Amino acid sequence: MSDENDNELRGDVTKSVAGEGTYVHGGAGEPQPPADQGTRSGVGRRRKGGPEEMMVPREKPTTYYGRPIVKPPVWKPEIPFYFFFGGLAGASAVLAATATFARRPALARRAWAGAFVGVTVSPLLLVKDLGKPSRFLNMLRVFKITSPMNVGAWILLANGGATTLAAGLNLLDEDRRGGAPEVLAAALGAPLATYTAALVTHSAIPAWSEARTEMPFVFAASATASAAGAAILTVPADEAEPARRLGIAAAIAEEAITALMHRRLGPLAESYEKGAAGRFQKVARACTIAGALAFAAGDDAFHPPHRRSSLGRLSRSKDELRRAKLRNRLSMAGGTLLLAGSVCKRWSVFKAGFQSAEDPTQVIQTQRADRPRSV
Amino acid sequence: MAGRVLDLDTPAWPDTYGEEARPRVGFFTDTSVCIGCKACEVACKEWNKVPSDNQGFSGESYDNSGELGANRWRHVAFIEQKLPVGVEDGAPDDLVAEAARQNLVEQGLDPHRDEDGFRWLMSSDVCKHCTEAGCLDACPTGSLFRTEFGTVVVQEDICNGCGYCVVSCPFGVLDQREGDGRVWKCTLCYDRLQGDMEPACAQACPTDSIQFGELDELRERAAERVEVLHERGRDEARLYGEDPEDGVGGFGAFFLLLDEPETYRLPPDPVVPTRFAGSVWKAAGAAAVTMVVGIAVGFLGRRD
Repeated sequence: MSDENDNELRGDVTKSVAGEGTYVHGGAGEPQPPADQGTRSGVGRRRKGGPEEMMVPREKPTTYYGRPIVKPPVWKPEIPFYFFFGGLAGASAVLAATATFARRPALARRAWAGAFVGVTVSPLLLVKDLGKPSRFLNMLRVFKITSPMNVGAWILLANGGATTLAAGLNLLDEDRRGGAPEVLAAALGAPLATYTAALVTHSAIPAWSEARTEMPFVFAASATASAAGAAILTVPADEAEPARRLGIAAAIAEEAITALMHRRLGPLAESYEKGAAGRFQKVARACTIAGALAFAAGDDAFHPPHRRSSLGRLSRSKDELRRAKLRNRLSMAGGTLLLAGSVCKRWSVFKAGFQSAEDPTQVIQTQRADRPRSV
Repeated sequence: MAGRVLDLDTPAWPDTYGEEARPRVGFFTDTSVCIGCKACEVACKEWNKVPSDNQGFSGESYDNSGELGANRWRHVAFIEQKLPVGVEDGAPDDLVAEAARQNLVEQGLDPHRDEDGFRWLMSSDVCKHCTEAGCLDACPTGSLFRTEFGTVVVQEDICNGCGYCVVSCPFGVLDQREGDGRVWKCTLCYDRLQGDMEPACAQACPTDSIQFGELDELRERAAERVEVLHERGRDEARLYGEDPEDGVGGFGAFFLLLDEPETYRLPPDPVVPTRFAGSVWKAAGAAAVTMVVGIAVGFLGRRD
């Protein structure tokens, strides 16, 4: 049977006047294109042993009154803020542990404080989203590797313990050289920052799921930028050098990976570029780039002759004082901008999931394309 | 029998049940005989005490209940379409009569006849009770579990309302109940199964569009049915979800459809997110390592 006949319905008058006499109630039936549709595994294919070679996606897939196929998330605004605070806590723990081992006590103590704040706020946000504390505890009755949310709850809990211990030890002892608590907090901090990306990509929502290769790197970069931003806000300028460099590098990495992710997503990238997600994305990009530029402009490394100015001399010239003040202001502005950019980035990703879920054609086009079933 | 059970192995079933394991059961929903009476929706609501919700008109044909969710575990879809109807070249002579009839059709005054090129598709949708269930894999509390019948059920005393199953279901079956926060879905009438009764929807179905039974038997029955329809020239008939090789390892509740799945609000080729878990975790791990290395590198070099 030819494909054309295959597509016609019983009871249909076989010869139709093209483009006329088509009445669709509820938008459920554009005239069908003549080609059969291929799917990844052949589910719902017209007939067994049907034509495999026809994989041309429809211009405009048929939907059921435009209703979504997958459900949008039921997560409340606490969740994108949790993504942010979890990232801040995780990256700050790594930054703090490295600073402890690198003997930069001023930076270490501020970063440990940041990690502690992040890891304390995080479970509060989760409990608020769930409704009551006992609901959080339900997650700890099992360990389930197939559930990123369960794994994440354990990571959050373990990191919380290690970070609290390490932060306490570092605040008590300025000359601490670092040990097991620092290593543990850092080892659990990095996955705390990236598992939230796995949480969204391990889902049936196309724009999230198809971004599974890049999303954790976007989250890691954004988390690092936020940790650097938070450190800069609290650390004296002369101790902040590594955080500044990290802030700039993370901002560049974040923009580069985001661009790569959007390119690879193809039409699905629309979810990140339009509507509320698109607005958050634009603000995130502007803040991140501006923050990195402020860091670069205020970076001591760009002004070698003045690098030691604030420590090296008791009296400074007016010009040097003005420069130091400017650098300080730029650092503060940069830190704030990086933090704001990181918040907006998570909001953009969060909103993109809703937008993707609400568009049934994304599900259809993703599944109609000839893709491998697992990578 | 033993071999048959093995063929239909689903994760955690029947292994963990040992002697208590029962043959896997499910639904075969044959939409070619669905008359859209909604008896299944009503029977489900009554038996399971599912709360009512939206009482308005949707404007979507005779479907005012929309889609599956926390308060709707069976949903009857109404696809109302008038397909292209035209006039053959050079024939018939009476174009005026044909146009007049068309006008009546447009006005909705002409009674439905097969020749009108007007179609109704009706289909009772339900949780698919997947062999590889995304909701069950995603559930962080163990609230979702696989029963001794191979079905997938939420334990309401354990569900913490995290909503992760909602985004993990490729079919958009699960949803959070307002004011309750927990997630509710079809249990395939777990309580009735334990009493050797068939699920309420299947019992209420007046045309046997919803058939309940052991899954392997249903698959045989479905294959025969689709063959019969093809012999009658209904080439559009196809099974959806009967294949254990598909992206969710086969549905526990599968369908005979008369058009592409997406016409019925069903995904054309659903794949359980867990199939991508390897690449998801690999990327998250690689990103975590990259972050640690990157931060360490940031400390290298010159010291003030």
